[in-house]
Amino acid sequence: MPRKQIHLAAHFPGVNNTTVWSDPASGSHIDFSSFQHFAETAERARFDFLFLAEGLRLREQGGEIYDLDVMGRPDTFTILAALAAVTDRLGLAGTINSTFNEPYEVARQFASLDHLSAGRAAWNVVTSWDAFTGENFRRGGFLPQEKRYSRAKEFLAAAFTLFDSWAPDAGIVADKETGEFWRPTGEFSIHTDQFAIDGRFPVPRSPQGRPVILQAGDSEEGREFAASGADAIFTRHGTLEAGQAFYADVKGRLAKYGRDPEDLKILPAATFVLGDTDAEAQERARHVRYQQVSPATAIKFLEQLWNRDLSDHDPDGPLPTVDPVVGENTISRGRASVRMYKDPIATANEWRALAEAKQLSTREVIIEVTGRQNFIGTPQRIAEALDEFVQADASDGFVLVPHVTPGGLDEFADTVVPLLQERGVFRTEYEGTTLREHLGLKPAPTTSGADF
Amino acid sequence: MDRLLPRHHHGLSRRPSLTIESHRSEHRTEQRAADMTLHLAVALEGTGWHPASWREPEARPTALFSADYWAGLVQEAERGLVDLVTFEDTFAVQSSRPFEPDDRTDQVRGRLDATLVAARVAPLTRHIGLVPTAVATHTEPFHFSKAVATLDYASRGRAGVRVRVSSRADEFALVGPHRPSPDLGTDDTRAELFAEAADWVEVIRRLWDSWEDDAEIRDAATGRFVDRDKLHYIDFAGPRFSVRGPSITPRPPQGQPLVAALAHREVAFELVGSSCDLGFVTPGSAADVAGIRAQIPGSPLVFGDVVVFLADTASEARERKARMDAHLGRELVSDAHVFVGTPVELADLVQEWHAAGLAGVRLRPGSVDHDLPQVTRGLVPELQRRGAFRTAYEADTLRGLLGLPRPTNRYAAV
Ligand SMILES: Cc1cc2nc3c(=O)[nH]c(=O)nc-3n(C[C@H](O)[C@H](O)[C@H](O)COP(=O)(O)O)c2cc1C
Repeated sequence: MPRKQIHLAAHFPGVNNTTVWSDPASGSHIDFSSFQHFAETAERARFDFLFLAEGLRLREQGGEIYDLDVMGRPDTFTILAALAAVTDRLGLAGTINSTFNEPYEVARQFASLDHLSAGRAAWNVVTSWDAFTGENFRRGGFLPQEKRYSRAKEFLAAAFTLFDSWAPDAGIVADKETGEFWRPTGEFSIHTDQFAIDGRFPVPRSPQGRPVILQAGDSEEGREFAASGADAIFTRHGTLEAGQAFYADVKGRLAKYGRDPEDLKILPAATFVLGDTDAEAQERARHVRYQQVSPATAIKFLEQLWNRDLSDHDPDGPLPTVDPVVGENTISRGRASVRMYKDPIATANEWRALAEAKQLSTREVIIEVTGRQNFIGTPQRIAEALDEFVQADASDGFVLVPHVTPGGLDEFADTVVPLLQERGVFRTEYEGTTLREHLGLKPAPTTSGADF
Repeated sequence: MDRLLPRHHHGLSRRPSLTIESHRSEHRTEQRAADMTLHLAVALEGTGWHPASWREPEARPTALFSADYWAGLVQEAERGLVDLVTFEDTFAVQSSRPFEPDDRTDQVRGRLDATLVAARVAPLTRHIGLVPTAVATHTEPFHFSKAVATLDYASRGRAGVRVRVSSRADEFALVGPHRPSPDLGTDDTRAELFAEAADWVEVIRRLWDSWEDDAEIRDAATGRFVDRDKLHYIDFAGPRFSVRGPSITPRPPQGQPLVAALAHREVAFELVGSSCDLGFVTPGSAADVAGIRAQIPGSPLVFGDVVVFLADTASEARERKARMDAHLGRELVSDAHVFVGTPVELADLVQEWHAAGLAGVRLRPGSVDHDLPQVTRGLVPELQRRGAFRTAYEADTLRGLLGLPRPTNRYAAV
């Protein structure tokens, strides 16, 4: 059997503590030159796409704006359209929320982006629904949690109807002799629980037909949503075992939607630290962890589990002896990860056991338990590990998350990518022009309705 | 006039933004007295402003959905040292009727999102201002504020936004069920839509200021990336919507990107005066300028719009327009003055309007692939010969080209 080809995406460093801003190499997170540098590196390395996350309200903790992480980001559509001007083949993926937007407007923007990039647009459909974020929007726009995916499904189905609304035998004729500019098309009428819209869609069918659809939710409903119609999933399952379990679970859901396993790519987030020797890489990784978890950050992480003010706690001392406040997490807002702590007291006890066993301070515990370093070593070792991960069906590729803006991908592009190419598991040239082609996806269907 | 504004606008004197307004107008009064700089804008719309322009020999109607088409036009305008280009937009498919869709098949229909077109062009240009149209009544000010801020980053300080309201019932049907269409075409509705646009502008402006310029501190000693005292909730609460803030996007390079609007009558004049840096107006002749100017409160820059059909000889220009009119089946009717003639004759008109009190003109090319080069290679050299127009770009930002200072932040402690 031929070896599976690896798909690679480049995650522009995000607004959380994975991104190290205190490093001397860390540049602007908002200047266009940083985005251009990052995109050019990804394209030079023949990556499938660049990925942008999004959060529509600045995070808060303890009733104040969270000030320890990198923050400030551009508008997703606008920056991707600008990047389309400085790249030629690289896919351009943006995270766009289905709660705080309107399907007509978003469909018009994605169809426009797909035209302006000649077929390189992708949409990561996310469903954050909270009232906290809704305060930034005129329609209020928040939902009960259980409605987040029903709105997302209606939203995406509506967008598909719009993407597909220009009939193949109608549209722009532009016959200067007869004076016929167009045969009117694009009519739609969408009436669902959440939407009631009628009219004509103003954008002709775009080069990809529909943008590539990504999904990043991890709940049961999120997985089902992805299986029913997404082209790729962005996950956090970073270990081989967890990756294989997730891969089998999600690919196993495809058949009932009449889809094949290769119709949905699984792309976990992956961080990496390179070194000339494995020992040097380990040392650099340790240094990065200390940069990511400053003493102040350690206390904030502690508060997120403890769900109470611990600003007086000594980060270099032992974990607090008081127990976490159980119940709704009120300390942190605008952060999805706090929902992970289902049983805070049990988690606190696990952390205490760890501290006891390894003789760790509070900060050292946080460094251990919040670590998300997936691949550490020489370029050779990392290339092997990535390849093994994919060949073992733990994923179809990776969304790489560098630590430093904008140069964090350069070393990977220069050292690991050539080794993957030597192994014959990563392209040396783009074969197609569209992102759908890079990902080996079938052409988008031309009729909508059935998918969701 | 006051009666048309929503209640919270009465508190105008308490708004911190007023500091900016007065600061700016003082500056401009001085400057205008000093040099009376003439400004030129070009309005981009499809294949041109004549509905039959797509049938002209040079027109490229099938290229309207490609990035190269728009990049080429803006680069041509930049070659002519034009201050800015505007990008038309409507929320729905274009229509020849003011309040509803039409079923015409002989005019350009379909378009790309104007903000994305402007962003796509930004890295390919260096000096020219980029001003896409936003439909305030149908969009989220939070999203648009960061979109224009991002355009400002991508263009390194050349972004603006031209705000308009929608008065078409079918545009309200695109965002249902939240917005039932109001009773369109009445004075009350028009006043209400413009008041909503004023609120929308107020929100995007506050969001641009919601990060102070030096909010990012990267203080390794305390582990803080930002100084949160320099981030501000905007807490806008109006009769139509509330927005909390701060923005997720840091203050853009220009501080406040340019806000512009087209205005034909009083409610719109009010919007230009209260909310905009630049207004586009439609005098029929130089004699109308003073009267229009008097109806605009405050001291925004004001440009006059002109639809232009140009050629080396006036008779050729008339023939070109006549051919397009014949395809249209009638003479072109426009809200703006229609000029037909040579670039030299147009230079006379531009100077006359300028002398009458306009800071500049916004030219709407009748057929863009013909009339835009006539502007950049005909009108502009002629104005330069007369010493009436720049011979090189003198600033890197759009505000700079227009002689507007970078405003202080309304939230910054003095
Ligand atoms: C790897 C990953 C990345 C995500 N990135 C974003 C993001 O950038 N913006 C956002 O609003 N939500 C993001 N999310 C959240 C979700 O996509 C999802 O909408 C949310 O978690 C609720 O769905 P769930 O309950 O199925 O997880 C991300 C989730 C994962 C797993």
